[in-house]
Amino acid sequence: MQRCIGCRACEAACAECETNGHESMIHVNYVDRAQTIQTTVQVCMHCEDPVCANVCPADAITKDEFGIVHTANTSRCIGCSNCVMACPFGVPKKMEEYDLMMKCNMCYDRTSVGKKPMCATVCPSGALFFGTREQIEKMRPNSSPVNKFIFGHETVNTKVNLMMPKGSTELKVF
Amino acid sequence: MATLPIDAESIIAKYGPSLHLPEREGISGKDEPDKVVETHCCFCGMQCGIKLLAKNNKVVGFEPWMEFPFNEGRLCPKGVLRYMQNNHHDRLASPLQSKPGVGFEPVSWDQAMDTTLSEIKRIQSKYGHDAFAMLSGVSLTNEKSYLVGKFARLALKTKNLDYNGRLCMVSAGAGNKKAFGLDRTSNNYTDLEKAEVIIVTGANVSETFPTLTHWIWKARDNGAKLIVVDPRVIPLARTADIHLDIRPGTDSALFGAILNYMVQHDMLDHDFIDNYTSGFEEAKEAVKDYSLEWAEEITGANKEKIEAAAKLWGKASTSFLLHARGIEHHTKGVENVLSCINIVLASGRIGRPYCGYGTITGQGNGQGGREHGHKCDQLPGNRDIENPEHRKYISQVWGIDEKDLPGKGLSAYEIIEAIHRGEIKGLISICFNPLVSLPNSNYVREALEKLEFFVGIDFFLSETLRHANIVLPGSLHEEEEGTVTTAEGRVVRIRKAVDPPKDARPDTDILKELAHRLGAGDKFSFEDSEAIFNELRVASKGGTADYYGITYEKIEKNMGVFWPCPDLDHPGTPRLWEDKKFRTPDGKAHFNAVQYHISKDPVDEEYPVILTTGRVVSQYLSGTQTRRIGKLVQQFAQPLLEIHPTLAAQYGIRQNEEVMVTTKRGEAIFPANIVETIREDTVFIPYHWPGKKSANILTSGHLDPISKIPEFKVSACKLSPTGKLVVVDKNSEAYKSS
Repeated sequence: MQRCIGCRACEAACAECETNGHESMIHVNYVDRAQTIQTTVQVCMHCEDPVCANVCPADAITKDEFGIVHTANTSRCIGCSNCVMACPFGVPKKMEEYDLMMKCNMCYDRTSVGKKPMCATVCPSGALFFGTREQIEKMRPNSSPVNKFIFGHETVNTKVNLMMPKGSTELKVF
Repeated sequence: MATLPIDAESIIAKYGPSLHLPEREGISGKDEPDKVVETHCCFCGMQCGIKLLAKNNKVVGFEPWMEFPFNEGRLCPKGVLRYMQNNHHDRLASPLQSKPGVGFEPVSWDQAMDTTLSEIKRIQSKYGHDAFAMLSGVSLTNEKSYLVGKFARLALKTKNLDYNGRLCMVSAGAGNKKAFGLDRTSNNYTDLEKAEVIIVTGANVSETFPTLTHWIWKARDNGAKLIVVDPRVIPLARTADIHLDIRPGTDSALFGAILNYMVQHDMLDHDFIDNYTSGFEEAKEAVKDYSLEWAEEITGANKEKIEAAAKLWGKASTSFLLHARGIEHHTKGVENVLSCINIVLASGRIGRPYCGYGTITGQGNGQGGREHGHKCDQLPGNRDIENPEHRKYISQVWGIDEKDLPGKGLSAYEIIEAIHRGEIKGLISICFNPLVSLPNSNYVREALEKLEFFVGIDFFLSETLRHANIVLPGSLHEEEEGTVTTAEGRVVRIRKAVDPPKDARPDTDILKELAHRLGAGDKFSFEDSEAIFNELRVASKGGTADYYGITYEKIEKNMGVFWPCPDLDHPGTPRLWEDKKFRTPDGKAHFNAVQYHISKDPVDEEYPVILTTGRVVSQYLSGTQTRRIGKLVQQFAQPLLEIHPTLAAQYGIRQNEEVMVTTKRGEAIFPANIVETIREDTVFIPYHWPGKKSANILTSGHLDPISKIPEFKVSACKLSPTGKLVVVDKNSEAYKSS
């Protein structure tokens, strides 16, 4: 989040994918523009035990053997928005025009053939990175990747990591 | 009379700007392109590598080019969406003639050329050759820039040729020539990687050169301290170790005080100063009274912070100083640049690994474009048009008698002034939109309307070209082969992906035919872009910007070659001054005595607020291209007035309220965006928009006496709220302020 410059190259690049109907599945927002220029970027965290999939009454959301939580299967999704309400990170979006939930699938078409996802490829500031924890720890000696998030009594482990001050192991959200 | 043939709205309805948005199902052909072309972005000086996908002679998408060393696939939103300028509804597809009361009518190329030629001849025989001027731009490749320079001097036979780089980095160029005898950033950006201290001053890197952000963070990961100097909390300033929020126009006071601090605390490289520089005593003397207290009073930045910055800079063993338009767009732009160079020279940190300095050139080919001769005072190879030896060499390359080579002409804004005075009667322009990009746009409009004949070459009908009598449809970046020189001084290849559509022609062919019709065809018999480049190589040989050893093949093999590269076996020069042999007459780097002066349009009782201008990340310069790309427009649809809550409260201005901003030149209305991320005495407006949304209605035509750059960055203004609240576009995230 320190590095995000709010340029929205990630959104523009994500939207280039026609499977999304030219909608971006990554979202950049100002925290509070009146006070700061700071922006945050939110992408699907690809949870180990994805709440979105667990609450889906139509079994439209699945996690594959690589840990990727896929966007709703179009023939199954009933547009009920359970996933939208359940996700602790606020990721899935109900696309009213399509009556369908849509979210990031980690550029499956790219990552499955050895390319990086579009957002992490184009990001000009390194706010988004695609690679291993070992790689990023070496590249950024001042911070640590964290993928354990504690929401009240619930702990969520994710495939996507957030860079935090060196030595951090978890992020508590109250 | 170059007035609009019909009302602007009717012209816009036909020629735009209209928005090019992708279809939901995507652009057909993207998955099975005919061609994947490794080229570069058409926008800023970073010239990021990008692959364009082409199908059926249309650009249908892009793919990141991971191997290109500067950006390794990284792009900003303009780069991602640059392909949308191609295959655009607004694209000029045939020559046009302006007909009063009717509008623009398509005409044949022959007819357009005939009219153009007879008007050039009429005006030049009646008023003299110099009464026909040419304005050019540095989005053009090196080949086209070279061709324009040769065309204006040999075919049009006018001395009055200048370019939009005059609004870009001419202050830096002039400062670098004074100090180093050569105009190029001293290092490539890999030297940022292990710099201990980085100063970024007057450069909104994250919005104007977004992909450079990566290299600054790379340094910070290695422990670098970052000092950002800017009146606003720009994205890079938010996390900087020190942010000096100085008052616009006080840069030389800050750097003068830092130099004085270095002298007082002996943070100097005496060996370097004694052996490789001159002028140190005078530079020292000029700032001897510039205490931290004085600097605080002048700049408005906290003196403890200034001291902390001076200490960091003074004690570092490696460093990099970067600046851009923020310090250069001033009547003392050259002095500001020299004040930065003084603290670099005092530190001795140049010409070594991770010791760097440079301006960040703004435009795509701002670097190469200014070296090869469409600047009013320059000849190819960064030669001086008034230097007899330089004139002799170029005359020989061009096969002309030296006395037939015109001398120094007027600079861009001075050409407009001469048109306004009635001295220049005819104008040919290519790739320049002065009605949006020059200051004092009401005055610029009046000047254009006085022209007896105006012909423009471009791919879209810019606001300026609405005034043209004849419009010649030219080519986009992706429609011709060529080279550009990036902000690092790296010469890279621009590849053709598609042909110009319909009846549009390559710019090169248009200039060649005009030259032929003007009777200079024998000097313009180039077979292709490479032939032009090969002549440019010879013309640049022996100049400071020596390209002789660079060939298309060598560029392609090495993904770019850094000039100077004087012979074919030379590998190019990523880092200058390793030999400490500077290109000044005495071979030394020159300190220059710089004293602080106030700006030409200072605040007073009537105009009590400082207005400064700049850019947003989703738009580029005058917006001729980016105001036509739908998603970029949605990202930031109109200019907003950034104002601090304290100043807003003083005037009773509310969020999203339209505010009339008035200067001595004019008035314009902008919605207020009340933010704490700007100085309390300063307001900011981005300048990419025309007409009533134009920040440049307000800016002044005061010029730096040496570089002739206009003072865009400081104007005195007054504010009055209109009481009218605007409804902001819900798609425009840029306005959201929770």
